[in-house]
Amino acid sequence: MELVNFGNKDTRSGFGEGLRRLGELNPRVVALCADLTGSLKMDAFEKAYPERFFQVGIAEANMMGIAAGMTVGGMIPFTGTFANFSTSRVYDQIRQSIAYSQKNVKICASHAGLTLGEDGATHQVLEDIGMMRMLPNMAVVVPADYQQTLQATLAIANHVGPVYLRFGRPSVPTFIEEDASFVLGRADVLTQGTDVTLIACGHMVWKSLEALKALREIGISAELINMHTIKPLDEAAILKSVTKTGCVVTAEEHMRNGGLGDAVAQVLSRQNPAPQEYVAVNDTFGESGTPMELMTKYGIDTPDIVAAVKRVIVRKPLRM
Amino acid sequence: MFSLAQTASQVRRDILRMVHAVSSGHPGGSLGCADFFVYMYFERLVYDAKGFSMDGIGEDVFYLSNGHISPVWYSVLARRGFFEISELATFRKISSRLQGHPSVDKKLPGIRVASGSLGQGLSVAIGTALTKKMNRDSHWVYCLMGDGEIQEGQVWEAAMYSGNRGLDNLIAVIDFNNRQIDGDVSQIMGVMPLDEKWKAFGWEVYTMDGHDFSSMRSVMNQIDQNRGNRKPKMIIMKTEMGQGVDFMMGTHKWHGSAPNSEQLELALSQLAETHGDF
Repeated sequence: MELVNFGNKDTRSGFGEGLRRLGELNPRVVALCADLTGSLKMDAFEKAYPERFFQVGIAEANMMGIAAGMTVGGMIPFTGTFANFSTSRVYDQIRQSIAYSQKNVKICASHAGLTLGEDGATHQVLEDIGMMRMLPNMAVVVPADYQQTLQATLAIANHVGPVYLRFGRPSVPTFIEEDASFVLGRADVLTQGTDVTLIACGHMVWKSLEALKALREIGISAELINMHTIKPLDEAAILKSVTKTGCVVTAEEHMRNGGLGDAVAQVLSRQNPAPQEYVAVNDTFGESGTPMELMTKYGIDTPDIVAAVKRVIVRKPLRM
Repeated sequence: MFSLAQTASQVRRDILRMVHAVSSGHPGGSLGCADFFVYMYFERLVYDAKGFSMDGIGEDVFYLSNGHISPVWYSVLARRGFFEISELATFRKISSRLQGHPSVDKKLPGIRVASGSLGQGLSVAIGTALTKKMNRDSHWVYCLMGDGEIQEGQVWEAAMYSGNRGLDNLIAVIDFNNRQIDGDVSQIMGVMPLDEKWKAFGWEVYTMDGHDFSSMRSVMNQIDQNRGNRKPKMIIMKTEMGQGVDFMMGTHKWHGSAPNSEQLELALSQLAETHGDF
């Protein structure tokens, strides 16, 4: 895959556009927001379908319960708030009223990770993927760019069951084609390679594409997988690639504990042990700063991926 | 045919025998709400027991938020034909559909959301009330909560929402027995004045005697007449924890403890077997 940026856009706007289109496509789709309509880009839906938009105020626990109850009678609720308030604040409500109760609720979360920037650690949730993938019945989706967030928003409406959809605040490169398919639970292999498997989610897929270029220049052939669905995880895609390359680097804007890297490690340790390096935040809270400064300081930028690849390759057992 | 009181006596026997069989569960609140559940399921609610559907379209939807009083709900559901009465013997046992706290994953007819972690039911009921309005379905949505339960903050988020949105197809009921696990509600964390609190949040407030069928009937009739007035309905239902068994009344002790065999016999001797034990 070539390194083509069609232009920077925020992934939350992909969600907003997807939701607006869903309003037209599916009369059962309803949207709930806890006082962050503008931040979540839900205004277009609100304007077009006011009778299906529910402003709940700053009351996220209530929002999750209402969403669960709305499914009784056939609605498909999409909740919108920041990732922190979509997960850690309301974990028990999601656990009991949504996941355990098998409710068809789509929990849509913006401003995930460090890159919401200056607001600082109170809002920079880095544990959400781990929390949500631990819940039985819950699907976890982390799309890579604007276009994929739009596609994922459309796709999860057709998946019966609870879904956590994670996206972000900053403008990041858009590189996925408008006509590219999105299948929940099926990873996209973006480049073929032989020396190392790179598995990334969210905007770390773009960072991995940048890393790929640097790696090619030093003669390393990397296979890049966009793991947009962390649960259910495409185990076959991981095993097929790592069987070929013999090692893996995972890249995510999340804690090292519990995220994509751990999901991949669990597959490999059970079925095909291989050296792995994590590009992730190492058991620490974030802080205020620009998104780029934070990515650099907390070790999840392009050079960190390149360095991790170099480290993992030398750990590969010698092939006889 | 049995009177509501005769049915309630059987339901109380079911509750005691269920919790005794597994030496666990919550008899106190279950006994206290037996008359209410019998009134609701044998007279008030509109439902299809044999053709239970999760969506509940064209029916009333009932949520139990204080899920620990599951024995009374299971007994009444079984006695109304949602499932076999013999299944009550599986309560809290391995692989049973009758979980300690109500769940939906084992597909027990009559239950639409899991409850047990307190404070969540009213929000869920709001959601269904909103969906009923969108579906132009004129049936009621009910939610029963405990009085101790309303110490949970989420209840007040839900109270604020319902009042602001004028959710007039929602009927909430508080089981006002002034008991919770650690003692009297008024001592642990007082919730009074209940009526003024809910009125201040925009609700229409009623009080009823949870052991008097005519009181329940009269309040529900009043509520029916006040449909469509843009106000959610709150019923403060006065009950006695342990009602029907003399040594279980007047104390919080039986909130979450099952009787031993001797206590069970003594309790059953106070309650007529009307429909026949499971």
